[in-house]
Amino acid sequence: MTQQSPDHVAFSPRRVGAMVLRHWYLLSSSWPRVLDLIYWPAVQMLMWGFLQQYVSQNSGFFMKAAGTFIGAVMLWDILFRGQLGFSISFLEEMYARNLGNLMMSPLRPAEFVAALMIQSMIRLAIGMVPVSLLAIAFFGFNLWGLGLALAVFFLNLLLTSWAIGILVAGILLRHGLGAENMAWSFMFLFLPLTCVYYPVDVLPGWLQVFAWMLPPTYVFEGMRALIVEHVFRADLMIQSFGLNAVWFAGGVMGFLLFLRSARREGTLLQGGD
Amino acid sequence: MLVPSVNASPIVIDRLVKRYKSVTAVDGISFAVGAGSCAALLGGNGAGKTTTISTIMGLVEPTEGAVTVLGAAMPRQRHRVLHRINFESPYVNMPMRLTVRQNLNVFGMLYGCDDVAGRIRTLAEEFDMHAFLDRETGKLSSGQKTRVALAKSLINQPEILLLDEPTASLDPDTADWVRGRLERYRHERGATILLASHNMNEVERLCDRVIMLKTGRIEDDDTPARLVARYGRSNLEEVFLDIARGTGEAREAAR
Repeated sequence: MTQQSPDHVAFSPRRVGAMVLRHWYLLSSSWPRVLDLIYWPAVQMLMWGFLQQYVSQNSGFFMKAAGTFIGAVMLWDILFRGQLGFSISFLEEMYARNLGNLMMSPLRPAEFVAALMIQSMIRLAIGMVPVSLLAIAFFGFNLWGLGLALAVFFLNLLLTSWAIGILVAGILLRHGLGAENMAWSFMFLFLPLTCVYYPVDVLPGWLQVFAWMLPPTYVFEGMRALIVEHVFRADLMIQSFGLNAVWFAGGVMGFLLFLRSARREGTLLQGGD
Repeated sequence: MLVPSVNASPIVIDRLVKRYKSVTAVDGISFAVGAGSCAALLGGNGAGKTTTISTIMGLVEPTEGAVTVLGAAMPRQRHRVLHRINFESPYVNMPMRLTVRQNLNVFGMLYGCDDVAGRIRTLAEEFDMHAFLDRETGKLSSGQKTRVALAKSLINQPEILLLDEPTASLDPDTADWVRGRLERYRHERGATILLASHNMNEVERLCDRVIMLKTGRIEDDDTPARLVARYGRSNLEEVFLDIARGTGEAREAAR
């Protein structure tokens, strides 16, 4: 009686497409949402860019290492906005009280997560492309000039942001909007530990052990090596990919455990606080 | 009690227990809903209606017992059958910023409809939605939103339709219109409907079977007419009050 595609059991790209389309409809009909994607990255980039300009006038090192601050803040934004894009797309379903509809539809968790990843890239692109062009115009810093290294940095940071995003989505499924702050603040724990603006050896020895457990630490070290010493550290990137595989698997496992717990506790329909 | 053939039943609940920590929401209920029938779950707040429907949809994992829907064990095998089920409830919304057409398009794709645009045209006709098909869902009146939610619940022409308070907060005219549409869908498609409701008129009109729940247990299970007769009451509402208040003397007398 029902017209059905044969792919209702397997992973369905069409269902992923449906979810991406749902968020595209939302973004394209709401200019404040689009503006918000550009606003904070632009403000951050301008502030750190001007600070760097000031410091470089008074420090020989920073004259040599022009671009470390602005490069760091833009890579940090890829990490932070990547996770935020993932988590906000998930939160939009909770705000709209649509999660029940989705959970009772044939949409599989893997398809939902895949759609959120694509959505995080779309949101990131909307925010970061204009900001990267602004950085060229204001400070002559060309992020795109990093070439292949940028692609490797980007991929590593995005993988970490998705791992955290998936874990946070699981926490939200289980604990509802009461855990909303996790979506906004979880990544800030990474800000001091991943050594975004300073080398790892600035940290006390015992803290360096924790810093090297985080995949973005290798990316920020690699970025500084590239800008200051003009060396691409492939060894750091390989280690970052390896750690990302572990973090991503951990994020997925956490999500599945929280989802199972949400089914046991009956919180999938509630979504409230 | 009505006992439809379990093998032919699209919904089979077998000794279902659901506990949330120290609270027992559903306490060992068993029933089967026959193909093409319309059954109601009735009971006061906390009787276990929503929990029972949630386990049928695979949203809640049973503590004990089994829930089988179209031959699939829920929630483990839910992806085998979710495309053949749908539901409507006033407790979930569709995204408000999206237009009605956009929402139906998304859900049509999620449910694997082959011709989503054609299906939306048909539903727009059936539910008289042409005037607001391209309006944001959040800007519709309650009655219009209910029509859209109902259209969404029928987008995949489900074999099983689960309804939680389908006419809650609607004016009598719109509620009557909704009931008419549900009756028509069931008769045209031979669909099985299970609904939870507090509206006894609705249940008497739509359902050929009523399962009375109280504190997670089945108190009674029969056709509306036989329940009314057995309790010596004039309508289902009085039977409901008897059961809810524990004043079941009429029932005992009838036995």
